[in-house]
Amino acid sequence: MIGAFTITPSYYLVLAAVLFGIGAVGLLVRRNVLVMFMCVELMLNAVNLTFVAFAKALNDIAGQVLVFFTLVVAAAEVAVGLAIIVAIFRRRRAATADDLRTLEG
Amino acid sequence: MTVVLFFIFGGLTLGAALGVVLARNPVHSALFLVLTLVSVAVLFLLQDAQLVAAVQIIVYAGAIVVLFLFVIMLLGVDRPENFDEPLRFQRPVALGLGAVVLAEILFLAGHRWATGAKTAHGVGLTGGHFGSNIERVARVMFTDFLWPFQVTAVLLVIAVVGSVVLARRSGERPDPIPTEESAP
Repeated sequence: MIGAFTITPSYYLVLAAVLFGIGAVGLLVRRNVLVMFMCVELMLNAVNLTFVAFAKALNDIAGQVLVFFTLVVAAAEVAVGLAIIVAIFRRRRAATADDLRTLEG
Repeated sequence: MTVVLFFIFGGLTLGAALGVVLARNPVHSALFLVLTLVSVAVLFLLQDAQLVAAVQIIVYAGAIVVLFLFVIMLLGVDRPENFDEPLRFQRPVALGLGAVVLAEILFLAGHRWATGAKTAHGVGLTGGHFGSNIERVARVMFTDFLWPFQVTAVLLVIAVVGSVVLARRSGERPDPIPTEESAP
């Protein structure tokens, strides 16, 4: 039935593109800073999926190595970002982006 | 088999990603994020990326989401959020921009613009005499990508120091919020 139907790398690229689009829209629409961070994670995962798809398509392991560097950047971003959120929340009891209108602490 | 698995977990990925964006409660968003990350890990497995899939589950679904949940619980923001938009034109503009981004990436994905350039050692996913997936990744990471690998170490040190400095209670102003862990 589906014997002749194979999954080409384009399927993964389209899936990653849609995942990136969902993350981008979520980042723009949501107001909770924590959920905005989760949407950034979605976008980074879409990029990782693209890396792995190209590694498979071009038969080169370097794509999978690059995923690790993306992962390190994501981990560093989450650590610093959550520290910033905690520091902001300590000063003013709010975790939405609209409450951060001024730079003074 | 791989076709069925791709469509099951691809659909699960997109559905859970929509759940992250649309869930009102941040805790539900975090749990949907776990589902998304595990589904993407299965998609990694389908593409012969065993080590990346394992690291995805251990680091992302294990560590990062737990960090998210920890901060959600610590700050007590685990209550539903109202979706009233204070800026009137923000949401349609955001949806339009998202559609433009999606169209651009789909356009790029539909065209074969990627070159076949190989890394210096040319280690493939299969074939050759390089052994397992872990061995191949290690061989390339510690030869061709040794300099970026060192730079990530510097980046992690900077992130750790920055987090400590940001989260540290500077004794300049007394904290008006009574909390349990307010150590002097």
